[in-house]
Amino acid sequence: MEHASDNLIEIVDLDYSRGQRQIFQGLNITIKRGEVTAIMGPSGTGKTTLLNLITRQLRPDRGQIIVDGVDIATLNLTGLYELRKRFGMLFQQGALLTDISVFENVAFPLREHTKLPNRLIRHIVLTKLHAVGLRGAADMMPAQLSGGMARRIALARAMVMDPDILIYDEPFVGLDPISMGLIVRLVRKMNDALGISSVIVSHDVQEVATVADCSYLISGGKVAASGSPDELSNTSSELVRQFMHGMADGPVPFHFSAPNYVEQLLGRDTE
Amino acid sequence: MQQTRSVELGTGLFVLLGFAALFFLITQTTGSDTFGGSETYTVSARFDNVGSLKARAPVAMSGVTIGRVSTVVFDGDRLEAVVTFEIDQQYAQIPEDTDASILTAGLLGSQYIGLQPGGSDFYLEEGSEVQFTQSAVVLENLISKYLFSAGGDDED
Amino acid sequence: MLRELYYVFAEFLRTFGALQLFFLRLLVNSPSIFVRRFGLVVAQVYNTGALSLVIIMVCGLFVGGVLGLQGHSNLARFNAEDSVGTFAAFSLLKELGPVVTALLFAGRAGTALASEIGLMKATDQLAAMEMMAINPVRRVLVPRFLGGVIAMPLLAAVFSMVGLLGAHLVAVSLLGVDTGAFWQQMQSTMDTRDVMEGVFKSIVFGVLASLFAVWEGYNAIPTAEGVGRATTRTVVITAIAVLIFDFMITAAMIRG
Repeated sequence: MEHASDNLIEIVDLDYSRGQRQIFQGLNITIKRGEVTAIMGPSGTGKTTLLNLITRQLRPDRGQIIVDGVDIATLNLTGLYELRKRFGMLFQQGALLTDISVFENVAFPLREHTKLPNRLIRHIVLTKLHAVGLRGAADMMPAQLSGGMARRIALARAMVMDPDILIYDEPFVGLDPISMGLIVRLVRKMNDALGISSVIVSHDVQEVATVADCSYLISGGKVAASGSPDELSNTSSELVRQFMHGMADGPVPFHFSAPNYVEQLLGRDTE
Repeated sequence: MQQTRSVELGTGLFVLLGFAALFFLITQTTGSDTFGGSETYTVSARFDNVGSLKARAPVAMSGVTIGRVSTVVFDGDRLEAVVTFEIDQQYAQIPEDTDASILTAGLLGSQYIGLQPGGSDFYLEEGSEVQFTQSAVVLENLISKYLFSAGGDDED
Repeated sequence: MLRELYYVFAEFLRTFGALQLFFLRLLVNSPSIFVRRFGLVVAQVYNTGALSLVIIMVCGLFVGGVLGLQGHSNLARFNAEDSVGTFAAFSLLKELGPVVTALLFAGRAGTALASEIGLMKATDQLAAMEMMAINPVRRVLVPRFLGGVIAMPLLAAVFSMVGLLGAHLVAVSLLGVDTGAFWQQMQSTMDTRDVMEGVFKSIVFGVLASLFAVWEGYNAIPTAEGVGRATTRTVVITAIAVLIFDFMITAAMIRG
């Protein structure tokens, strides 16, 4: 199949600041169609903010975000909602609606956006739940689910409208090894089986390495390094090395800025 | 889903109860002489002094309330008070030469209009004006009248 | 010092303006939601109204009882015990019914709404809806607002009715007022207009209480502490606003 471009999402020269903090400066990222792209970085670099910019919940100060050849800043409200329907997003805590059952949660986008008959909705929901292995939990309430289960249900919900792009916001945080392995396998399986593209925002280097085709490491508001997981672990950049190998000290310092140690102990810093 | 059904039932009962309460309040707390609803016709009368007559004061004939005062205004040209009141449509045979006085309910009660029937064969209609009126009795005038007349007698 | 006052005032104005725009947004979206997503509104009328019935009825009964007691004891000084019915009806229908119900409503339903919405915000549920191209204002906020506006006048009516029955219970059964006199005196003094004034007030208070609850929840800081604070603020702001509006409406109605 020929596509207009191999690049599904292009982020060009992005600037974004919140208050005094400059979060992104001249950010350039390309997300290729059909691939699993990871966006990594130390805590607080604004990875979730980047996702909000891609879905236009926030607007950049400068620069462009182009999805499938269309600059999203030019979209009107209808176009924006159409765009968002093409994304499936998995939030960090699952973000299931707590007052309705698991089945209803997965069925939610279908009920809101389509006029499909109940029979068909039932088919689709059960299929998606089966894909994540939780068809038996259909009648439970979100409060009864464990973290890993909630996240899998959220994945089923993200997939129910058959999106082109699946976005995962920190999908591995706080999971036990079994659940983690499960999610990792699901991410890869979904991406390849459904022919879609996936974007994972995470700082879990090990898990990401097993699943991503291409990774971007963001630091200081820019892309510090990019490439396949192998390329990144063999890099010469110190910053990248510190991050990829989890070293305690390096370009990202161990000590938070503080006055001179000796001076402070001797009480001379307050004079 | 079972959950929705009981919610709907509960809501239905609640709304029903609410309206029942409203209905109770309207019917059980207010008197039956609400002249807002029934058909009425408007009549006016002029007085030198209306005392403390107010809007919504009753209009009575033979002691029975047959209407309500709607407005009390001052006529700047003829320098007197003009009172308009509504009479219930079922009492449409009040003679034209009826007398309208401003009376007090009880010793210190609120004031109302008392109608004393005349003998004419023509009846009051929408827009008629009662010709024969008696103003309210003002307590101070009554007292000073009594005082002066009593003082005069003593001089004999 | 003056500069700080200016900032505080400017911030107040800004929030006030934002509140007005928010209110407008709710109003504009209300008709279509009421018609097309009636089920959502029904569920919210249940949440705010039906579930508040118990507290409203219990409080109404006791407030009415107190009116019966107080009314009787005070009117007895003028030998006017028979007017206790009128006294109770006036107090309940025109003032206590709408106001006390509004305060109880803010405490029970207002806090529930604010905390529920705040929690949805804190757990990203609202953001998730936006991502699924569903407008959270229409789906979450408007039904709750409408539910409160519909429930409040009904609750106030129930409060007044139960209150009157409570007053009757105390005055007639306990204190020996003649039941005929109780109702008769009341009926010859009260007017449909009086009842309608109370209903009007309860509608206005319903709008205020629901608006503030939904507003605080939607604007809560998405942390546990933030939601808690939003909940307390709901009660405080609703109480103050209800009492201020009560004064204004009563003054307007007495003059007009």
